[in-house]
Amino acid sequence: MQPTSHAFAENARAGLADAHLQQALDLMTRQGFPARRRAVVAKLPEFEALRDLGREIKDHTLAHLDFYLELYERNVLAAGGEVHWARTPEEARAAVLKICRASAARTVAKGKSMIAEEIGLNDFLERHGLTPVETDLGEYIIQLRREPPSHLIAPAMHLVKQQVAQTFRNAHRGLPPNRGLEEPRQLCDEARAMLRPRFLAADIGITGANFLVADTGSSIIVTNEGNGDLTQTLPRVHIVLASLEKLVPTFEDAAILLRLLARSATGQEFSSYTTVSTGPRRAGDLDGPEAYHVILLDNGRSDFLSGELRDMLRCIRCGACMNHCPVYAAVGGHAYGWVYPGPIGAVLTPSLIGIEEAAALPNASTLCGRCESVCPVKIPLPKMLRYWREREFAKRLEPVRWRLGLSLWAWVAQRPRLYHRLTEIVSRVLGWAGRARGRFRSLPFAAGWTGVRDMPAPEGHSFHHLWAQRRRLAGR
Amino acid sequence: MDEARARILAGIRRSLGRDGLAPADEAALRSRMASRSTNLVPARAVQLDRAARLALFAKMAEEADATVSRLAVPQAVPGAVAGYLSDQNLPARLVMAPDPELDRIPWQEWPLLQIRRGRAEADDLISLTPCFAAIAETGTLMLRSGPHTPTTLNFLPDTHIVLVYADQIVATYEEGWVRLRQAANAAGGLPRTVNFVTGPSRTGDIEQRIVLGAHGPRRLHILLVENRQSDER
Repeated sequence: MQPTSHAFAENARAGLADAHLQQALDLMTRQGFPARRRAVVAKLPEFEALRDLGREIKDHTLAHLDFYLELYERNVLAAGGEVHWARTPEEARAAVLKICRASAARTVAKGKSMIAEEIGLNDFLERHGLTPVETDLGEYIIQLRREPPSHLIAPAMHLVKQQVAQTFRNAHRGLPPNRGLEEPRQLCDEARAMLRPRFLAADIGITGANFLVADTGSSIIVTNEGNGDLTQTLPRVHIVLASLEKLVPTFEDAAILLRLLARSATGQEFSSYTTVSTGPRRAGDLDGPEAYHVILLDNGRSDFLSGELRDMLRCIRCGACMNHCPVYAAVGGHAYGWVYPGPIGAVLTPSLIGIEEAAALPNASTLCGRCESVCPVKIPLPKMLRYWREREFAKRLEPVRWRLGLSLWAWVAQRPRLYHRLTEIVSRVLGWAGRARGRFRSLPFAAGWTGVRDMPAPEGHSFHHLWAQRRRLAGR
Repeated sequence: MDEARARILAGIRRSLGRDGLAPADEAALRSRMASRSTNLVPARAVQLDRAARLALFAKMAEEADATVSRLAVPQAVPGAVAGYLSDQNLPARLVMAPDPELDRIPWQEWPLLQIRRGRAEADDLISLTPCFAAIAETGTLMLRSGPHTPTTLNFLPDTHIVLVYADQIVATYEEGWVRLRQAANAAGGLPRTVNFVTGPSRTGDIEQRIVLGAHGPRRLHILLVENRQSDER
């Protein structure tokens, strides 16, 4: 998709003005993921220790990624599967198309995959005459609306049920127009009924992977709906789309991360379905795909194995950082303008599509640190946002007014006497001007502040002035 | 693709600042994998006696919206299945895993139960399967694919009934995996797929409201049988 990350400010304003989005965000932050996560984490005393272990497992794997990838590949081959390596989104899309063509496929059922979003797979398949059908309920809704996901694990979380109902009425033409679609139950049943024949007819099933296990050559997916399992059980061919950093050494390592994933993501003890798949149908099996392919996408990740951005490769895509982010909760996921929203998106997006396009994202944070405090693998997100801010400044990507303002402030701040003199003057002037009300409703150059709240008036003297005065009095 | 593979691996090694691993390092990694060091596992699930482990499994499964019936012996299974279906107002017609173990249950004593053996098809409403193991930690069933246990039975029908013997209940995922590895070594490899199933299918994709039965089963019913009696396994 064409990114609009450069337009974060405009996107955010649109999000703030969207009443439906605000209602949906309110439902999530008040009753949804954060509260459920808190409740379930409180029931597992080992949770903090598991976070440390999760970080260690991911760091260990990344430090030996070449070894584990080669081992993983050997084990996939030994189980009768195939591995396709892709440096770029183009190579990954070409690999998918080649498999589709080789099996004379027409329709493709898709489980939820962020890598498919990252490489823009649906548009590509449609351009080449294939029909991709998203089967995760949220993904299905946004596919009908031709929208990108607004959340890592709840792609349609920006919508309220009335919007989903309208989407279904527009898309599902054959059904009685007066049918009831008021409740999530009815919407879910209708989607189930519409999608079931699509599963059964699909030639290819494409899923993502939450983990790839080197030791056994297995892919693991975690879902609640069961769509990922129907996707990889019914069609003749199963394609797994995954990026390099999904590797873990053993099932035991995956088990640690699985204990963290569901709790951090949806606040469940365990998701409904955690499925470990190793190769295609065996001799004697009555179902399952005849072919099993894995497409391993790099897309720049190998470059980040060294240096400041390495920690982001630990991410297990649970979405906890965005669920707890005050900025995400205010503006929603689409404001971030590409595939990955929220704090992790503000770190990943500049890495994957360039800081030039995504310069606004690292600034879309108060650096309050909640994201880091809930991250199941302890990614230091605020530190990484600061890293991108430095890169942005070094590349002179911020607006001219910011740069001028910051330069002016730096110049003054490096001259303490001048600084004290100026702040004393400003305090006095503002204190005098605001003496009647004690606050300002508007101030020149500060509309960003006074547009939404009053600015308190200073008492009349700067802190330094008062301090010096007190010292003089004490010394007398 | 081979070029992509070589370039990616070379890029990784460049970033890591080394060539391929030294033999000693590789040996260390292999021994890390082989040791399968005892994981940090939730204390609530380990060091329980048999009865407490069963109780934890049943409690966690019910918290995940499964229903659980406890039976003393396998002979009670057909009656429990028929009773459950009639309670739920469901037809007494089901598709069952073609599993020799399940065949030993005296189904013929309940002739009103219509049973087909095989994989699930689109119009099957109710399935019945055995399980490979069950995990007390989170009330999770561990189901493996195979000639006797097709995976479609776990996902296509609206109602999934699973038979669990008490001796199949382990504390943690890791213990279940150890059992699987032993079985795989005996059988010549891992099964195509292993499904860890915790409660019925669900979604929260619309307004964060949990709705059961998104694409997979709307109901998951567990028959927990205390004794196998004289059956060998």
